[in-house]
Amino acid sequence: MGELPEPAWIEARLVAARPRVLAALLRYFRDLERAEEAFQEACLRALSKWRENGPPRDAEAWLILVGRNLTLDHVRRASRLTELTDDAPNAERVDVEADYAERLDESHYRDDILRLLFTCCHPELPRTQQIALALRIVSGLPVARIARAFLIGERAMEQRITRAKARIAAAGLPFEAPGPVERGERLAAVATVVYLVFNEGYSAPQLESERAGLCEEGIRLARLLLRLFPGEPEMMGLLSLMLLQHSRRRARFDENGQIILLEKQDRSLWNRSMIDEALTMLDKAMLHRRPGPYQIQAAIAAMHARAERPEDTDWAEIEALYAALERHEPSPVVTLNRAVAVSKVQGPEAALALVETLAEPLGGYFYFHGLRGALLKQLGRAREAERAFTEAIGLAGSPAEAAHIREHLDELAAL
Amino acid sequence: MRYALLCYNDESMTSAWTEEEDAIVMARLGKVHEKYEKEFGPVARLMPTTTATTYRKEAKVLTDGPYAETKEQLLGFYVIDVRGLERALEIVRDLSEANPGGAYEIRPIMLFSPGHGDG
Repeated sequence: MGELPEPAWIEARLVAARPRVLAALLRYFRDLERAEEAFQEACLRALSKWRENGPPRDAEAWLILVGRNLTLDHVRRASRLTELTDDAPNAERVDVEADYAERLDESHYRDDILRLLFTCCHPELPRTQQIALALRIVSGLPVARIARAFLIGERAMEQRITRAKARIAAAGLPFEAPGPVERGERLAAVATVVYLVFNEGYSAPQLESERAGLCEEGIRLARLLLRLFPGEPEMMGLLSLMLLQHSRRRARFDENGQIILLEKQDRSLWNRSMIDEALTMLDKAMLHRRPGPYQIQAAIAAMHARAERPEDTDWAEIEALYAALERHEPSPVVTLNRAVAVSKVQGPEAALALVETLAEPLGGYFYFHGLRGALLKQLGRAREAERAFTEAIGLAGSPAEAAHIREHLDELAAL
Repeated sequence: MRYALLCYNDESMTSAWTEEEDAIVMARLGKVHEKYEKEFGPVARLMPTTTATTYRKEAKVLTDGPYAETKEQLLGFYVIDVRGLERALEIVRDLSEANPGGAYEIRPIMLFSPGHGDG
C-alpha cells in the first residue's frame, strides 16, 4: 500500500475502532480501568493476528470479543487463587455467538458510546480534567501527547487523569439506558466537552503542534456523534461551527505566530471543502427549525465564510444573529461580540455605549479592553485608548494576543 | 461498455485520516486517474454521510443521514467507459492499491445521459 504500510493501516483501524469497542467493553465490565486494559490487550493481539491473517471483516466485533475473553481469562486465573464466585463473569459460560450479536446491537452501541463520552463530562470534574479524560479515554491519545498539548509534564498529566478516573469511579457510572430527555441532556454535555477539546487546539498558533491537532480531534468526535445521532440539529450546528473555524486555520496566524484578524486574512487560504461541508450541515440543521446556540454561532461564522471580501460581510445580519444568541444564551461575552457588529453597522459610538455597559462583568477580560481600546482609537480618543490597551496587555492569555495589542499601541504612538 | 465504480469504505476510518493522510491518498489516486484518463468519465468524491439527507418515499419523510446504515458507506463513484469487465477490474485493482480498505462495486450502466449544462 505504498506510503501507508500495513502496520500503519492496522493502527489507524484500531484508532477508529476505539470509541465503539471501548464503549462496549465498558458496558460489559462496568469498570473503566478494566475496559481500557481489555481494549489494550485486544489491540496487541490484533497487531500480531491481523498482520498474519489479514483484518477480520468486522474489526470492532473482533476486538470486543477478544478483549473481553482475554480479560475474562485473567479474571478466571486470578479468581482460581481465591474462589470462583457465581456472579463473576466466566468465559466458558458465555454463549459466544449470541453474545456477539447482542453486543453489536445498534441502539446499544449508540448509548454505549454516548455513555463513554458522558463519563468524561462528569459535573464534578473541572474542565481541564474533562478534556484530558476525553482525549485519553475516547480518543485514545497517549498521556505524553496530551501532556504536550497542554504544555505540562507527563507525570503531572498522568496524575490529572488518574485523579479524574478516581472521582468517576467513586461517583459511579450511569449504566441504565437513558430516556429521551436524559439522552438529550447527555448529548448536550458531551457537545460541550467536544467543543472544549476543539477550542484547546484553536488557540494554538503552531499549526503542526500537538495542541493544534486537538481541533481535528474535536471535529472527529463531532462526526462520530453525528453518525450515531444523525437528527440532532445542535450537533450539526456544532460540527458546522468547528469546520468553519478550522477552515481558516492557515490564514489565522502570520509566520511569527501573530494573530491575523478576520478582515485582514487572506481568504484564498480558507479551506473551501470544509466551508462547503459546514454550509451543507447548517442548511440541514435549519430544516429542523429548532435553533440553538451552536447553530446560531455557526450561522454567524457562515456569514463570514460567504463573504468573498471583508467589505461584503453582512454585518446587519450578524448583529441580528448575535441578538438571537443573546436571547438563547445571555452572556456579557456574546454582547461584547454583538458590539463588534454594532460598530460596523452603526459606528464606533453606538458600539462603545454598548461596551461600557459590560465594564462590570468583563473588567478582567482581555477582549473587553481590547475592543474598548479599538473603539476609543477609532473615535480619536487616544489617551483613553492607550489606557484600555495597556489594561488589555496585562490580561493577555498568550504572547500572540499581547503582540496584537502592542501593534495598536504602536499605531497610537505614531499618530 | 460503461460501468459505475462505487467506492465503499468504513467512514470511521476515513474520517480519522489527518489532512496529510488524506492528501497522500488523494495524490496516489490522482496518479491512477491520470493513467486511465481516456476511459474516465465523471469522478465524484462524496461529502461525509453526516451531510446526507434521505427522502423515504413510502413514509414521505425526510431523515438525516444516508439511506443505508451500514458499516461501509458509499463515499464516491466513477463512471468509466472501457472495453469490458476485465479492463474495469484492472482499474479497480489500481485504485485499491492507492486507497486502502473497503471495496469497489463494479456496476454496469444501463443508461447514461451526460447532461448538457457543462459544455
